[in-house]
Amino acid sequence: MDSPLSRRGFLTQGLTGISAAWFATHWSALLSASTHARQAAKAAMPPKFEFFTLEEAAEIDAISARIIPTTDTPGAREAGVVYFIDRALVTFSSEDQKTIREGLPALHARVRELFPAAEKFSALSAAQQDQVLRSLDEQQPPAAGRRGRRSRQSAPSFFETVRVHTVNGFLIDPESDKRGNRDGVGWKVIGRDPAHMFQPPFGYYDKDYPGWQANPAEADKTKS
Amino acid sequence: MILDLPKYKTTDEVDFVVIGSGAAGGILAKELSSNGFRVVVLEQGPYLTEKDFVHDEIKINFEDLLTNHPKLQPNTFRKTPADKAKPQRALVYGRLVGGTSVHFTANFWRFHEIDFIERGKIGAVAGSTLADWPITYADLEPYYSKVEWEIGVSGQANSSPFDPPRSKPYPMPPLPVKSSGVIFERAARKLGWHPFPAPMAILSQPRPGRSACMNCGFCLGFGCEVGAKSSSLATAIRAAEKTGRCEIRPNSYVHRIELDAQGRATGAVYFDEKKSVQRQKAKAVVVCANGAETPRLLLLSANKQFPNGLANSSGLVGKNLMLNSGGTVTAVFDEPLNDYKGYAVSRVLHDFYELDPQKVGFCGGGALDARFDMTPISFALGGLPPGSPRWGASYKDLLAHNFARTLEIFCHGTSLPVENNSFDLDPELKDAWGFPALRMTYKDHPDDLKLSNWLYARAKELLDAAGAVKKWSFPAQEQQFAVHLLGTCRMGNDAKTSVINTDHRTHDVKNLFLCDGSSLVTSGRGQPTMTIEALAFRAADRIRDLAKRGELAG
Repeated sequence: MDSPLSRRGFLTQGLTGISAAWFATHWSALLSASTHARQAAKAAMPPKFEFFTLEEAAEIDAISARIIPTTDTPGAREAGVVYFIDRALVTFSSEDQKTIREGLPALHARVRELFPAAEKFSALSAAQQDQVLRSLDEQQPPAAGRRGRRSRQSAPSFFETVRVHTVNGFLIDPESDKRGNRDGVGWKVIGRDPAHMFQPPFGYYDKDYPGWQANPAEADKTKS
Repeated sequence: MILDLPKYKTTDEVDFVVIGSGAAGGILAKELSSNGFRVVVLEQGPYLTEKDFVHDEIKINFEDLLTNHPKLQPNTFRKTPADKAKPQRALVYGRLVGGTSVHFTANFWRFHEIDFIERGKIGAVAGSTLADWPITYADLEPYYSKVEWEIGVSGQANSSPFDPPRSKPYPMPPLPVKSSGVIFERAARKLGWHPFPAPMAILSQPRPGRSACMNCGFCLGFGCEVGAKSSSLATAIRAAEKTGRCEIRPNSYVHRIELDAQGRATGAVYFDEKKSVQRQKAKAVVVCANGAETPRLLLLSANKQFPNGLANSSGLVGKNLMLNSGGTVTAVFDEPLNDYKGYAVSRVLHDFYELDPQKVGFCGGGALDARFDMTPISFALGGLPPGSPRWGASYKDLLAHNFARTLEIFCHGTSLPVENNSFDLDPELKDAWGFPALRMTYKDHPDDLKLSNWLYARAKELLDAAGAVKKWSFPAQEQQFAVHLLGTCRMGNDAKTSVINTDHRTHDVKNLFLCDGSSLVTSGRGQPTMTIEALAFRAADRIRDLAKRGELAG
């Protein structure tokens, strides 16, 4: 079954916020990035990381690229998520350094356990990588209720830490100083127009709204 | 224009020191300074302005740019006084000039008549300290209108048959309807309910120095970069400074109110930015520090005369905390709503504001609104249906499909007051200044949970009528996280059963006034800020009259 978000869907729908022109210009590059992911990522790398070694960066990059993969549309790799995480770990999320530093050797142990011939997570095939990550992903119950969103889980796992940072790095305001969501690709994927100013109509359901009309006159106060 | 702003010395005995610059503090500062009084406002947070208000979700939600910081001000939580409280972030409030009004949703309905007289009407409620207010809706009505016109509230007068009477229309029309609002309005009417344009403290038309809402979409939780949100920062604080008699002093963390030998407040003791202790002298003290920090400050100010906390002869300082019950039913629709554009809420209904306890089997009432108040990261971490993939291509596909197609029905409800529900001082945990941290004790009255589940069922009926593709909610749970901080220094005529009188004056200390969410006797049905601001305008009139009659001295 075709995913509702196949490339063709994207090109024809035109409603998700990705313009056909943007996609036509970029999709071949993105597919190429998917195929030659590590090389592409390396080529785009700025001179140095602040927290990661290059080897660590390649591993985190590979994990983030399975959390939000490059498909017909850009993923974590094109959004530069590994740079966002690197910056996060030396600034607002320095308390996660330990989780990451201790999590990487555990990740490698799991890689060797499942695939004795392999040394690095990033050297595995996508399917193998997913198998490793599934084994690390302890299902954490979603925070109950809307207000729970703000309360942070105490001591999340290595995988959960990388997952949340990947989501953050993919969808952070591209105008922020945090090195994530490069070129706004994350927002393009979810259909978030980066403009600061919008005029109604905003969506499908308000475009034919006739304007406010009073509730029917017979609607006197009723009580349940 | 650069204003010539006054700088008072701490040794100057100003007329009023106002502690807190939020919804109530900003208005009291403006009104008192406009009436010729010399005012110093002590605000614990920084003085940020529009240029500082960014769309960076990490700064807002992870770094607490605008809010109380759990590292500086940790707190503990427990459900009942029998439990030992554990460190756990349990509350959020705006910690900056303008307070929580800077980042709020800006829902601005008035309380209805019933909220002031419910106890008399339905009688005692088991397990609750429900009481009637010593003032009525009619007493507050002129001040509700004053709020609407002074700060700028968008809305449509008389569009809800359940609205209480009003003396004036809104100063400006409602904001443009969103797709979520249209879906809500059409479905509610199918069911015979009465949706109406949500009154919002956000400008639909420009005012001097302030833009109308540009629909940028970073609203709840964020400061407004164009001054369209009618926060105290964008309104009352600026007006107070223009009087030339009001000094806003940010980064001032008050930890004690001192009394003289006659039991009269002499001013406030605070840490400045450099953590040096300062004492601001004043003829009278007005505390507007919010429903958590106001009682905490009184408890921190215990002395020989008030060993259980300043102005706490009733023992009720910090008690009867109410948070408002409620929660969200979320739904996905076929076509894009693009509800990320614009402010949060465009339609609301009050058909269930006043329910018959005999029929529904619980006390309380509520409201439903249509909204989308999520931003990209908060949506990706918390906006998908339960059981959705959390990573991988299917997760990404779902984000891409649902982000533009999701709306929320927010169910707003009563919290019945319960005496044990409270803020007080934790016996062990300290804040970054070495003072006892807040301890929150809270267990919802059983009726509040029944009400929430009842409202979720109505929200689901509405979503079915609307043709939602998918809808979900979680059963109401006992709350452990506070946003609305209400009732902790309640107003009343009897000094034994309340903390302040109808002038907002503490029963115990003649020149000490409290005005903020702590003053509320009941919780309404959610959305307390409008009522806090109406109370602040009214309190300013009362305090002005007392001062002019010379009744604050001695």
